[in-house]
Amino acid sequence: MDLQDQAVLDRGIDEGLEKLTPERIEKVIRHVLDNESAARLKVYLETCVHCGLCSEACHTYLSRDKDPDFAPVAKVKDTLWEMVKRKGRVDKDLLRRSARIAFTECGACRRCSMYCPFGIDIAYLIMTVRRICSLLQIVPQYLQDTTNSHAVTSNQMWVQADEWIDTLMWQEEDARDSFADARIPLDKEGAEVMYSVIAPEPKIMAQLLGNMAVIMKAANVDWTMPSADGWDNSNMAMYSGDFEVMGRVERAHWERARALKVERVVMGECGHAYRGAVYDGPKWLGWQKPPIPMIHAVEFYYELIHSGRLKIHRKITEPVTVQDPCNIVRGRGLHHKLRYVVNALCENFTDMDPRYEHNYCCAAGGGIINCGPPWKLSRMKSIRVKAEQMAATGAKICITPCHNCHSGIEDIIGHYKLGMHVSFINELLVKAIAEPQG
Amino acid sequence: MSGPNTGTAAPSSQNMSTRPANGPQDWDMGTKTLLDLERLDGYVAELAVSDDGGHAAAVVEKSPEERIIAVDNQPWEPALEKAWSLRFTSDGRAFALVRIDDEWTIMVDGTPWEERFEFAWNPKLAGGGKVIGVQTKSDMQYSVAVDGKLWDARFLSCRDYALSPDGSRVAAAVQIEELPEADVFKFLEGTWTVVVDEEPWPRKYLNVYTPIFSLDGKHVAAQVRTDATDYTAAIDNQPWAQVFTCIWEPRYRTGSDVLLPVRQQGGWFLAQNGKILWPSKYVQLWHACVSPQDERIAAVVATAYGRWTVAVDDVPWKTTFSDMVAAPVFSPDGHKVAAAVKHDGRWSIAVDGVPWMPTFDMVWEPVFSPGGESIATIVKENGKQSLVVNGRVHSRSFDRLWAPAFSPTGKQILLRGVDGTRVIREVIATTEV
Ligand code: SF4
Ligand code: SF4
Repeated sequence: MDLQDQAVLDRGIDEGLEKLTPERIEKVIRHVLDNESAARLKVYLETCVHCGLCSEACHTYLSRDKDPDFAPVAKVKDTLWEMVKRKGRVDKDLLRRSARIAFTECGACRRCSMYCPFGIDIAYLIMTVRRICSLLQIVPQYLQDTTNSHAVTSNQMWVQADEWIDTLMWQEEDARDSFADARIPLDKEGAEVMYSVIAPEPKIMAQLLGNMAVIMKAANVDWTMPSADGWDNSNMAMYSGDFEVMGRVERAHWERARALKVERVVMGECGHAYRGAVYDGPKWLGWQKPPIPMIHAVEFYYELIHSGRLKIHRKITEPVTVQDPCNIVRGRGLHHKLRYVVNALCENFTDMDPRYEHNYCCAAGGGIINCGPPWKLSRMKSIRVKAEQMAATGAKICITPCHNCHSGIEDIIGHYKLGMHVSFINELLVKAIAEPQG
Repeated sequence: MSGPNTGTAAPSSQNMSTRPANGPQDWDMGTKTLLDLERLDGYVAELAVSDDGGHAAAVVEKSPEERIIAVDNQPWEPALEKAWSLRFTSDGRAFALVRIDDEWTIMVDGTPWEERFEFAWNPKLAGGGKVIGVQTKSDMQYSVAVDGKLWDARFLSCRDYALSPDGSRVAAAVQIEELPEADVFKFLEGTWTVVVDEEPWPRKYLNVYTPIFSLDGKHVAAQVRTDATDYTAAIDNQPWAQVFTCIWEPRYRTGSDVLLPVRQQGGWFLAQNGKILWPSKYVQLWHACVSPQDERIAAVVATAYGRWTVAVDDVPWKTTFSDMVAAPVFSPDGHKVAAAVKHDGRWSIAVDGVPWMPTFDMVWEPVFSPGGESIATIVKENGKQSLVVNGRVHSRSFDRLWAPAFSPTGKQILLRGVDGTRVIREVIATTEV
């Protein structure tokens, strides 16, 4: 138990709770349990033998000195089990605790289900709690604001339509300073590739877009970016539990890809956006798989380097390590391709331990970092094991091919004073492919 | 290989028809070169061809700071700082979004609108393809301009707009209340509405999407979100009494009846004027469309996970497709329905539930001949584009093709495309394919 975390004030949860009546609470919980949940929910709850084998898998449990309150099974026991047991007749204290646990203490990273002898998907159960909280409107304020941004603008950071286009245009200009023929072709119908990004790129890391223009030109890829909504397929609504907004965002993305008649979509370096576009979004919309093939940037870079379309002219010499983003490694198995790309770009690579699908989450993913400043200290306490894991590599750069990992690892580096910095592959790649002067 | 941008996919969420609004007058068989790309000195960023295939235009970059638009190889003066989204009106006037002296506007046939904006984007055509609308921003405020005339009304944000079919009216989804940063409570009170001809609807909504006009231009319908979990259609600011957990874009029938895909009880239905019209429950339902005679309705549906098809009057086609079905298209007489379909990674066209035998890397939207007996489309295979008519692939391939058009008799087809370094128009006999 962490009293400091329990005292965190979050208007989104606290003021939302004030408006709830016992009748509404019961109605919503019963609706989700009876109408929206798959049969596996019941099976999971009935199968769990409370053995606790999942505990050692969870970075929050390990980082918090094995406090049993942070064991995966405890997170379900303290939330969903109570709701099921009491048939939805739960009080506001339980709901407050449920919102805190589901949104800020479990990042739905799915590491624990690999350690459960029955493969129980704790993350799915936690997502069910989030769905209930979303329908009850007790979602952390900043996460809800991100969802509201998706609802209004389709993107996650309130980027206006003109700001988006303008950013692409000046990024094209910037890219051309270093590579004269680099372009960002807008709305090019019939291009082979549509490139998707998430809103932090135009909003705060615009150079990543310019970098991509350079990479695409260097590899001579026939690509385009949409000028209109559908360019951001990241999905915080997926994590806040607002599946209707999630579906709207993902539909906009796939329909934009169809309107542009592209043969495939390359997703930038973001894990949860990949998950939203490839798994959760399509499933909610009725697709068994994405309607148009999507590959993550790691696969794309692998393809370009492995095929020789991109030539590496100088390798990064500083010692590097790499973060395996849950959604593309546990979720998609891209760890070997990721290592191939890192080794192609960097001379001095030290891996983390444990790694691959056993790597620890960054504790930012699953919407946790979007819960904002009130929860940052709690998040840092939940991720000490990652800091130790990173420090042991002796690296100076931690490569993070995911926006959530990037921000989360940056926070860890600052909080635990690790003396490293974070980098997207994109940033190293533009340096590595630059032809030597003269 | 990268080539010039030869088609600006309309960034509109409304029905997108690739069929030229105005057919050509000239149906003489043969090929004509419209533009010689080698004579355009510079990087060709975009190309466009008029609906009748009479004119071709290009955005050519002379230097990073200087672009020109050339129509039929004649450059417009003066040179521009930026130019993009090049298209033609149905009467053959080229237009594009351009930046001059750090300000944006629309340039039509070489003449920029007098009104200038901090930014302008999302041009749309109406009035039979002759009226040009655009979204604008000036002094951090958002508005809409039509044929050079800017609204006086300004808004905090504007996400989409619609022109009435004759182009005389405009509706837009606008933000009319400030929303302080991360104010999730104010958001729930509603900060958005629809503005019609500069007059905002009095009621505010959490969200407003895809406003559209009735065919006579007298009414406006939009998707509205009235509470965090309640969505419905609002017609002229009057939300339906029935709310749904999710909805998609509304469609007008020929009168004032409104169709709306709605989600309830975990499935999708088609509603009309607030009541369920199609009793079948689908895993998905969207892109509802009405036959020209307003007698039949078609929509894209999923009958189960990963089983996509078209339902006509609530009867799904027997064949389903695993990957995707694009918006259906009715033949002019309303008897046939065709759609681009994708199954096991390959695209084709399905007509009344029967897919064409050949499959392709990509297909564009189907185009019916005036009598409905033929269907043409563009396909892409191994990076080259070709015309396909009734499932038969034309022997020639092109670097790019624009949507084909049938002659009034259906006996000829107009092709507009890029063949090497030439932009051409070609009229062929339908039977040649
Ligand atoms: S954070 Fe990951 S390991 Fe921990 S309970 Fe959640 S899904 Fe399991
Ligand atoms: S390992 Fe599986 S069975 Fe054991 S407590 Fe965890 S979830 Fe339950």
